[in-house]
Amino acid sequence: MSSTPLLEVNKLSVFFHTRAGVTKAVDGVSFSLNQDETLAIVGESGSGKSMICHAIMGLLESPPANIESGSIYLNGEEILKCSKKRMRQLRGDSIAMIFQDPMTSLNPVLSIGEQLIEPLIYHSNPIKRLSRDKAQLRAIEILQEVGIQNPRERLNDFPHQFSGGMRQRVMIAMALIGEPKLLICDEPTTALDVTVQAQILELIKNLQKKLKIGVIFVSHDLGVVAGVSDHVLVLKNGHSVELDTTEKVFYETKDPYTQGLLAAIPSGPKKTSETELDERPLVEVSNLNVFFKNKSQAKEKIIRAVDGISLEINRGEIMGVVGESGSGKSTLGRSILRLLPIQSGEIIFSGVNLTALPPKELQEFRKKMQMIFQDPYASLNPRMTVYETLAEPLIFHRVTNKKNITSRVTSLMNEVGLPKNSMHKYPHEFSGGQRQRIAVGRAIGIKPEFIIADEPVSALDVTIQSQILDLIVGLVERYSITMLFISHDLSVVRSVTDRVAVMKSGKILEKEKTELLWRKPKNQYTQNLLRSIPIPDPRKERARLLSRTEQD
Amino acid sequence: MIRFAAVRLLQAIPVLFGVITITFILIHSAPGGPFSADKAVPPEVLIALEEKYDLNLPLWQQYFGYLEDFISGDFGPSFKYPGRNVSELIASAFPTTAELALYSMIVAIGIGLFAGVVAAMRPNSVQDYAPMSLAMIGICMPSFLLGPLLVLIFGIYLEWLPISGWNSLPGDKILPAITLGTGYAAYIARLTRGGMLDILSQDYIRTARAKGLSEIVIVCKHGLRGGLIPVVAFLGPAFAGMLGGSFVVETIFNIPGLGRFYVQAAFNRDYTMILGTTIFFAALIVSFNLISDILAMWMNPKLRQKDLGDEK
Repeated sequence: MSSTPLLEVNKLSVFFHTRAGVTKAVDGVSFSLNQDETLAIVGESGSGKSMICHAIMGLLESPPANIESGSIYLNGEEILKCSKKRMRQLRGDSIAMIFQDPMTSLNPVLSIGEQLIEPLIYHSNPIKRLSRDKAQLRAIEILQEVGIQNPRERLNDFPHQFSGGMRQRVMIAMALIGEPKLLICDEPTTALDVTVQAQILELIKNLQKKLKIGVIFVSHDLGVVAGVSDHVLVLKNGHSVELDTTEKVFYETKDPYTQGLLAAIPSGPKKTSETELDERPLVEVSNLNVFFKNKSQAKEKIIRAVDGISLEINRGEIMGVVGESGSGKSTLGRSILRLLPIQSGEIIFSGVNLTALPPKELQEFRKKMQMIFQDPYASLNPRMTVYETLAEPLIFHRVTNKKNITSRVTSLMNEVGLPKNSMHKYPHEFSGGQRQRIAVGRAIGIKPEFIIADEPVSALDVTIQSQILDLIVGLVERYSITMLFISHDLSVVRSVTDRVAVMKSGKILEKEKTELLWRKPKNQYTQNLLRSIPIPDPRKERARLLSRTEQD
Repeated sequence: MIRFAAVRLLQAIPVLFGVITITFILIHSAPGGPFSADKAVPPEVLIALEEKYDLNLPLWQQYFGYLEDFISGDFGPSFKYPGRNVSELIASAFPTTAELALYSMIVAIGIGLFAGVVAAMRPNSVQDYAPMSLAMIGICMPSFLLGPLLVLIFGIYLEWLPISGWNSLPGDKILPAITLGTGYAAYIARLTRGGMLDILSQDYIRTARAKGLSEIVIVCKHGLRGGLIPVVAFLGPAFAGMLGGSFVVETIFNIPGLGRFYVQAAFNRDYTMILGTTIFFAALIVSFNLISDILAMWMNPKLRQKDLGDEK
């Protein structure tokens, strides 16, 4: 073992000072990292993971954040005490960071070549500054290394000309161009599709081995962490809960919080008893086409978001739709509810052809169909109290008479697990999970026959996620509601659905009973998709990453 | 982008016709006429004059007659300046107004950008409040108040600068340019601050910091490019507004610009002169708006390339 570790964090505390009071974002966290090791920091949102990274980078927004105490040593140098200029120098060549969302982390008005060479040509240490030409050569080299084809030509391209995965490769290239010793990855794959995630994880892992750098890998996804890390630090509300080798954390943890996190990961099939399914379909979609015109382009381009889809959803079943971003799964959901104009095709809802109905009669059917949206922050009206939100559909569809509304809303809140005294609160006063409970309550309030849930849990932490899933499945069963469950997260889909349809580019590739599909995927795309899911088991996940690398 | 410009130019045609029609109706419904001056003109002279300028015809015939002349490029003769036509008058006075507007623009951009960037670098601090309060004063202060104040201070008490005229004394362009430019400087400062604050809070600014770039590079290179887009979009309307609004400043400083002709024409009911100048300004406003919209579009690579059909 070498004498000093690459990075040493001692009793770091970061507090937020706001008018509402002091929040302890990070509270006495210590860890160390050796060169060519990977430390994963896991925890739910608000646990302080990102704050630690920003503190190491010297990027904390101060105020309101303030480093109260502690020390951070990088190669023996105390970086919390060094000057701003020295910190800038360190950011240029010793520490680098990759951020979560490659869509927003690259400057849209500068070419990627320009953004890549910046740290080299404006280096704060004049001796290390490179000329534009030399920097450009280096940029081409590094782009090649992260797997961008035709790097020389692509230097002049702008971020919007790259896909999400490619942008994250550019981000990685940008981080590595200064040859750092420490790479901080803050949720580097969270915004990416699962197959792209697998590629990016592989890339980070390979580059780390090759360049022998220390990596801090922040993630909320324990499956991802299992594959890439040597050590794991579990955080909760700014406290360090557990710090140990990855194996010990995953296999031998005694800490109840870590155990809870691991247990909350959706895995395995739907738990409920196999109810005999009514084979009469409630919803029949046949040959549905939904096209969008992209008018902004010089040549008008037609995007086939839903391309000739036929699908039947049986009474009482939960039908899953999985697919990567842009596969058209949300468009499918919305057009079944007739929220989007369709090109052609039929949607038959319990024997009635919705596509032929005039708007007024369609209104009657809205009562029987409801939707739960992804983002509980954006889909609730911030100026309406919970009471108003829940009462509105009841009044509009005349489900209950005026006298009984309050009691109906109360029982609804009880049913979705919202505290009674919060009836007159506004959405911002609730947590993400509670807001999604409100959204579920709004959807089931009028006792619909059919609900479309579009990514209902993907904005939530895993422990909250499993609670909301339990709630949804429970209610669906109690009221024998039929559901179309749309998600990009295959493990979630597996844990709640009876049947699944796999979508890609507006088409359904495969439709099968969920467990059958998992055991024997027929379509090659499905196989690849299933292979890309990270498994929260270090040994299996590493073997899987390895086998993928060999395959390539 | 060419298609965009062509569509916008086509849209300008109905706009201009609307302007002509409304102006025509308005000036003819105002009491009095071009020859109803203080000294009464003998009736036979009036009839002769009206005949000469077709004012005896029914209004709709006058209207279509004017349109016909306008389409063939003729703005008609001036009623008040016998023997000179409107195009000539505009051509002789406009360069002065354009020059004034140009200098004012330089003042506005220079002060506005600087103040806006300074304010955005430290939001909600003294460095922000001071220039933004000044900007508020600049917006509130009308030019007919600011102009005389500047004249009093710099012209009369300090005797640093001439108090009126154009091209007659050295430095006589400074006070008019400042008077006209200040209000716009204030708007530009506020727009710059807003644009910059928006950009500086983006994720990619954090990325730039993480690369170890200095604050100057971050602000000037990463910030300004995106942050200036709303400012550029404002410059067109601002320039047109300066041209149109210059008459106050021209009056204060006794500058022989188009603005003064315009106001005089309105008082004199010089129908053709009013119509001609209005159309001229309207055309300028439309074209400057178009230019700044195209510039703002060009500054955004996504829009720039989409139009070339180059998107991958």
